Amino acid sequence: MTPVSSASGEHAGDEAGTSWFYNPRVRGVVFQFLVVAALVGVVAFFAYNAKTNLERAGIASGLGFFSERAGFDISQTLVPYTNDSTYFRAFLVGLVNTLLVASIGILIATVIGFIVGVARLSKNFVIRQLAQLYVEILRNVPLLLQLLFWYKAVLSVLPSPRQSLEPMSGVFLNNRGLILPEVIGQPGSGLIGYALLAAIAAAFGISRWARARQLATGKQFPSLIVGLCLIVLLPLLTFFVTGMPVDLAYAELKGFNFAGGMVVNPEFMALLLGLSLYTAAFIAEIVRAGILAVSHGQTEAAFSLGLRPRRTLQLVVIPQAMRVIIPPLTSQYLNLTKNSSLAVAIGYPDIVAVFAGTVLNQTGQAVEVIIITMLVYLTISLSTSAFMNWYNRRVALVER
Amino acid sequence: MTNKFLTIALGAALGLSATAASAATLDDVKAKGFLQCGSNTGLAGFAAPNDAGEWTGLDVDTCRAIAAAIFDDPNAVKFTPLTAKERFTALQTGEVDVLVRNTTWTMTRDTTLGLNFTGVNYYDGQGFMVRKSLDVTSALELSGASVCVQTGTTTELNLTDYFKANGMEYQPVVFEKLEEVNAAYDANRCDVYTTDASGLYSIRLQLTNPADHVVLPEIISKEPLGPVVRQGDDQWFNIVKWTLFAMVNAEELGVTSANVDEMMSSDNPSIKRLLGVDGQFGESIGLSNDWAARIIKHVGNYGEMFDKNVGPDTPLGIERGVNALWSKGGLQYAPPIR
Repeated sequence: MTPVSSASGEHAGDEAGTSWFYNPRVRGVVFQFLVVAALVGVVAFFAYNAKTNLERAGIASGLGFFSERAGFDISQTLVPYTNDSTYFRAFLVGLVNTLLVASIGILIATVIGFIVGVARLSKNFVIRQLAQLYVEILRNVPLLLQLLFWYKAVLSVLPSPRQSLEPMSGVFLNNRGLILPEVIGQPGSGLIGYALLAAIAAAFGISRWARARQLATGKQFPSLIVGLCLIVLLPLLTFFVTGMPVDLAYAELKGFNFAGGMVVNPEFMALLLGLSLYTAAFIAEIVRAGILAVSHGQTEAAFSLGLRPRRTLQLVVIPQAMRVIIPPLTSQYLNLTKNSSLAVAIGYPDIVAVFAGTVLNQTGQAVEVIIITMLVYLTISLSTSAFMNWYNRRVALVER
Repeated sequence: MTNKFLTIALGAALGLSATAASAATLDDVKAKGFLQCGSNTGLAGFAAPNDAGEWTGLDVDTCRAIAAAIFDDPNAVKFTPLTAKERFTALQTGEVDVLVRNTTWTMTRDTTLGLNFTGVNYYDGQGFMVRKSLDVTSALELSGASVCVQTGTTTELNLTDYFKANGMEYQPVVFEKLEEVNAAYDANRCDVYTTDASGLYSIRLQLTNPADHVVLPEIISKEPLGPVVRQGDDQWFNIVKWTLFAMVNAEELGVTSANVDEMMSSDNPSIKRLLGVDGQFGESIGLSNDWAARIIKHVGNYGEMFDKNVGPDTPLGIERGVNALWSKGGLQYAPPIR
């Protein structure tokens, strides 16, 4: 970090009696201090100027608007919100909507990306070509166009509410969205949630124990299957033991639309579809590159040790490929999150549409609102990076 | 995206201009030789390019009137199409000299944005449009409907208030651009389209089958639309304000673009003052004394502007209604020039 070369450092620093003026350590600290002071000064200058100029132009400033009544409605609210809620609530609604579409999008994109990436290396000509076609088309068309395409496609394929499709009893699909029965918990239903948490914890415990035992004794244990069974069966068992304390509220066609039930908006479907398919094309290339980066000698060595192809992939190829895959994968996750701000074009109420759109316009406080929105994306991205870096350190080759 | 750019420009402008005094807008406009006017991105009758690529409409003509008053040339104006969300930032940063973009005059906008409304060039109110096939005859039957609406508008708030006051539920579908709202409504994403009634008539013309849609009779809000300028430049404020007043006064006095030259020799003292034959009214706002005559000659009086762009003989077919002169039972009233 210090801006002096180590050679001159040793030379000057060791000589006792040299003037402090020539001491590289002192110089380093002084220069760093000056740079920081200049930076703080410039930022303070801008902030002060912006504040005085806003005041002189008669434009309201400050964050007081956060506690005022919003007065508008939002189509998708995962946290309780009405038009009587505050602007801060509206901000939270937008934030949660962004996080929702980003996190589900990341999951789907990763799954599709891995499948397509492996398919590109398939020995089967048709599968290989189809995967390549997928990557080349999705990767080379601008995302905004894809989003508009999916939105238009979703809207034109789906019928109007009065002609809804009913793929399952109580589930309706129309151009107002996917309408599911709402799950209403009776007293005692909380236990099911606790059972699920307990099962997940137990599955982790078993997996750790199985690993430790295999390292110690070489004996294997099917921890994955046992864990999954536990996660499914324990909550199910609790559900029946507590006397099925859950009701389903079915949606009914009333007037214009279905009332009751849970609605997944077409805007959400289109955005999720567009974001995941687009990002999956990039992830597929990263996965392909990662697998190709593991030298063929590794596979041959594993075969010569008598490992079967599946175990070779599982134990030798994938762990080494992950080292190459993780860092660029992080970038794709960040891209997906940031690209979700294109939601504004198809009417999905994400943070840009709700906060940097409606709230900005109702309050007129563009500077504050945009700065906060940028900080939100920065925070989300840095958190994602931090998590992925932690994961990367875990899978990285430990060199001695 | 433009909006973000504008905001950053606003931030930069506010951050950097430490000592820049608010310069006189009139001097700036004269120096560059044209008026920069913020307009709608495309709303037939108010601001939209015609077949020949020229901007036409009621708001556009209001801008042309200001240009005519200053330069004696209604074409000395350039238009910056703005979305509802971008418009105020564009005016605050000085990107445009005046904003005439069917913008509703509200107290918040007038007091907290550093802007001033100069008057009302169209009295409007919010309405609803639905498909005829729904068999709806009143807005009070709309409970449970999905409603398409543009963000950054007073419309969004009125909609909430109206449904709340009548104990009805609805599902908002909010878009940033007018074109996106139109497309979504046309694709049957919503049962209802809501915006200012004048806008509904204009938008209906752009739908696939205009005859399949009907505008409901209820008007649920007051939407006085008018030009906006920055605060702190009273001379410019006066010019924009009196341009509109001159057009209304001209209609009241029977001065039209056809007879303005004959009217120069009129004996009516009010007409003499309006056309600059008597008095120094033009000079008092920094223009030449025939400023109003220029406006009327090039653009016409208020009634002519209305009839040409949105009146009964245009595709929009809007009656004068509340926009008639005060002397004919409407609201258009201008203080006298004396």
